[in-house]
Parts: sequence; structure tokens; C-alpha cells
Amino acid sequence: MFSQCADPSTLSGFNWMLCYLTSGKHLLFYYSFGTVLILLAVTAPVALGFGFMGAIAARSHSRALSLLGKAYMLMVRGIPDIIFFMFFVIALDQAFETGLHYIRCPDWTEPIRTGLEFKVCPEAKIPPNSAPQIFHQIYGFALAVVTFAIVFGAFTANVLYGAMNAVPRAQLETAEAYGLSNRQVFRRILVPQMWVYALPGLSNLWLILIKATPLLFLLGVNDIVYWAQELGGSKTDSYAYPHDDWRLWYFLFLLAFYLAFTRVSEIVLGRLTARLSHGQATMAGEAMRKAAA
Amino acid sequence: MTMTCAETIAAYAFRSIGLGERMLPKTGFTLCEQFTLIGSGLIWNIYYGALALFAGFFLANALALAKSARSPWLRKPAEWFIFTFRGSPLFIQFFLGYQAFVLLPKSGIDLLGVTIHTDWLTKAWCGALVVLFLNTAAYSAEIFYGALRSVPKGDLEAADAYGITGFKRFRRILWPTMLRLGWPAYTNEAIFLFHATTLVFFSSFPAFRQQGDALYYASYFADKTYNPFIPYPIVGFYFICLTLTLTFAFNAVNKRLNRHLPSNQRARIRLRPQLIR
Repeated sequence: MFSQCADPSTLSGFNWMLCYLTSGKHLLFYYSFGTVLILLAVTAPVALGFGFMGAIAARSHSRALSLLGKAYMLMVRGIPDIIFFMFFVIALDQAFETGLHYIRCPDWTEPIRTGLEFKVCPEAKIPPNSAPQIFHQIYGFALAVVTFAIVFGAFTANVLYGAMNAVPRAQLETAEAYGLSNRQVFRRILVPQMWVYALPGLSNLWLILIKATPLLFLLGVNDIVYWAQELGGSKTDSYAYPHDDWRLWYFLFLLAFYLAFTRVSEIVLGRLTARLSHGQATMAGEAMRKAAA
Repeated sequence: MTMTCAETIAAYAFRSIGLGERMLPKTGFTLCEQFTLIGSGLIWNIYYGALALFAGFFLANALALAKSARSPWLRKPAEWFIFTFRGSPLFIQFFLGYQAFVLLPKSGIDLLGVTIHTDWLTKAWCGALVVLFLNTAAYSAEIFYGALRSVPKGDLEAADAYGITGFKRFRRILWPTMLRLGWPAYTNEAIFLFHATTLVFFSSFPAFRQQGDALYYASYFADKTYNPFIPYPIVGFYFICLTLTLTFAFNAVNKRLNRHLPSNQRARIRLRPQLIR
């Protein structure tokens, strides 16, 4: 990156550190923080969507739909979420490939599962074997995002379901008395009012989601944990920048990153809660009214 | 050579703690083998969960008291401890803990003539337990701190009126009420602590001679058979049983803590997802 870094063996002190921290692999390490942020940016809205649908399904009058929604909500309660992560990443991949297999290779006679392997025809491989490495990485990351969205969607459904039930019944009855249809009551009264009840739960989920991002490492994505392992391990003299085992420092840096991220999120969410509580018939809203008066 | 299910159970039921057959199954992978070996791994989940929870309970009480203390010398360290462990992923804490434990001198530390062994800390059974212990202590301390702050003012005034003060007031009035108010949330913490124990062998801590927890064996089977649809539901089934047992046990304690209250004022335990840390 800098011209003086051309020959690392001549460097020492500050210059060595500067060149070391801007080496090609370190830049990849910094980009991987972007991977984490992309994961959060994509997962959060998708999980909110999944959760919203789950909560609506659970409230539905149709028995089948309601059972489906409740099963989705319940699934994350008794079973550790990491099991879902491990499961969905493989299961989704195999489901997609099996689907493609039946579409593209209808004449294929060999069984897909033999007990020791999972084998689909070459045309059904996602991405194709010949595809460049980057596509394999993108596909792996996409699977991870969908998995995160499914699991966190179930948590979100729990929170939103509770929030919908927390909206005072009288509000809905008043709306009904004014002749609003079920759909109108839902759209104009229930949904706008539920957010303030959902916010504590959603804030909590956001913090949990941040803390779940290192699990990307388990799902095979080259994330910040991967690079911290890779870069921190001791390097012999055959490397451009030899050093001892520095993993402790790299992980301390990750710890600091997560603590800072959590702290900033807490402050922002606190402000948001204050804004949404304004004028609400809740304890927080009442306290704000009294403080102003 | 095929084994009957009874033989499989005899060979693998305690495989996770090093008893029975040395080699893990390499072919076949019957349902019985998967059930037995994954169940055997559950021993470790229960070991970590139970010990960390037990030891963490005492530290959590101390931390909750320290956090509500007036003196900043007590309050600040407790606040920082709780924030550090609650604000960062357990996964990173495992990595960091392992790296730190590895750096300790191998021969042990001499302290006043007594040698403290440090090599244990790099082993999962001890090192991961220490991390889990500190982690659950921080989460529980926050719960107990919140409960301590919501002890009704009237209770304390009544204690004052009866002349109950000092440690006696804490032991007879404050502490039982704190426990009672915090118990439903603490039940959740306990359940999710047990769930978190599945992370141990996926973080830095190596599994000694393939002796791992339930998820370790489940992922072993999934890797070997390329079929996630059998081992993962099995480990899920085991955890549902574990969750139900825990809920039952904590409910019994909750009943006892609430026994003096009229039935309509008793706190109910509700499972809330709090998940990954």
C-alpha cells in the first residue's frame, strides 16, 4: 500500500507496524467487518418480515395457519439456536440442489443418498463446479443469511406476537365500533400501536443478532473470526512479517469491536424508545409527561 | 460385524467421558448408534451447565450487590464486569479465554510455595467451564440487580419498623424477595446457559480423543453421512427433554419462593427467547 513497504525485512518499529497492518491480508480482514455489517443489514429486515408473517399466521383464525405460525415460534424455544444454524445451512443447500436435480436431470437413475454421500448430477450443483471461487463464497454467505433470517425470524415472531396482544383491547373495540373492517383495524390501529410494545423485545433481539454474527465462522464464511485466527497465528521467518502468536491481541480487538458496537446500539435504541414512548399510554410515556409538566 | 442396539449402548453410552469403545463408528451409522453417541455427549452439556450455573449463582449474587452498592469502588468494577460479558459474544469469549489460558506458564504458577496448575485451564473441561461460569454470573447478576431494584419500598419500611437492620435485613427480607422477583428471568437464563454449552467444542477448546458434547457428535454424523436430517433432530429432541426437565425443576423452586403469596399474585415462569450470547 505504501512505497516503503516494498521490502518488509528492512523495516522496524513504527514503520514495520504500519506496513504490517496495511498488508494485503489485513485489508481482507478489514473488509470482513463489512461482511458482518452486510449480514446485519440484510438479516435484520428479512427477519423482521419473517417474524411479522409468523406473528400474523399465529393470530390467524384459520386453524392450520395458526398452528403453523405457533410451531415456527416454538421451534427456537427448546432447542439451542446453534443447532438450527448447523442444520439449515446443509439442509437448505441440499434442498436447493435436490430440486434442481429433479428439474435438470430427470433421467438420472442413481440414488441421491447412499448413506455415506449426497450426490446430485453435475448440472444441479450450486454454484456449478466450474464457477470461480468468489461465487462459492457468495453462495455460502447467502445460505448463512437465509439461515440467520429463519432463526431470527422465529424470535421476532415471538416478540411481535406478544406486542400485538399487548395493544389495549379497548382500542381495537373502539375501532370496530366505528365500523372499521378487520383489515382496517389491523392496518390502522393494531400495527401502528404495537411498535412501542415490541421495541424492548426488538432492541434485545438486535443486540443478540450482533452477538450472533461470529457464528458466521462456523458456517464456513471467511468472517472476522476467521481472519483473526489466520492473521494472529505465529508466523515463521518465511513470511514477510514474522511474529509470535498474536491471536490474543486480535481477539481482544474483536472483543473491543463488539463492546463498542453494543454500546452504540444501546444508546441509539434508548433514544428511539424515548421517541416512540412520547405520548403513549404506558409507564414511560406517563413519566415523560410528568417530567415535562 | 454388526452390533445389536444393546451392544451399541454398552459400547458408546459413556464414550464422551472416555469409557467403552475407543473408535467412533465409521460405517453404517445406525439410528441406535446416533441416538446413543449423541446422548452420551449430552453428559458434557449437563456437566458444563450444572456446574457453571451453581458456581455462577454465588458470584451473581455478589455482583448484583456490588452493582447496587453506593461506593464506586465496588459499583464500577461490577458494572464493567457485567457489561463486558453481556456486551460481547460468548463465542469470542471462548476464543479469548483459550488464547489467554494457553499463554499461562505450562509448569504452573508458584504462589507462596504452592504450585497452582495452569495446564488444566487449556483443557475444555476446566477452561470452558471457567468462561461459562463468568458469563452466566454476569447475565444472572444483571437479572438479580434488576430484581433487587424492584423490591417494594414498603417491605424495607416494614423491616425498619420491626428494627430489622444490617445483614439480618438482607438475609430475611431483601434476598428472598430479590430471588422471588428475579426467578422467572433466572429460569430463562438457566435454560439458555444449557443451550450455550453447545458452543464449547465449536470454539477453540479442542475435544480430547473425540470426547465431545451432543452437538459435537451430531455434527460428526452429519459430516460423515451428509445427512443433516437425522442427527440434528436427535440432538434437538435431547435438548427439548433437557429444557422441559429444567423448567420443571425451576418451577418447583418458584412455587416454594412464592408459597406465602395468594395464588393470584404468584409470579409465573414464561419462557422468553434470549438465546445466543
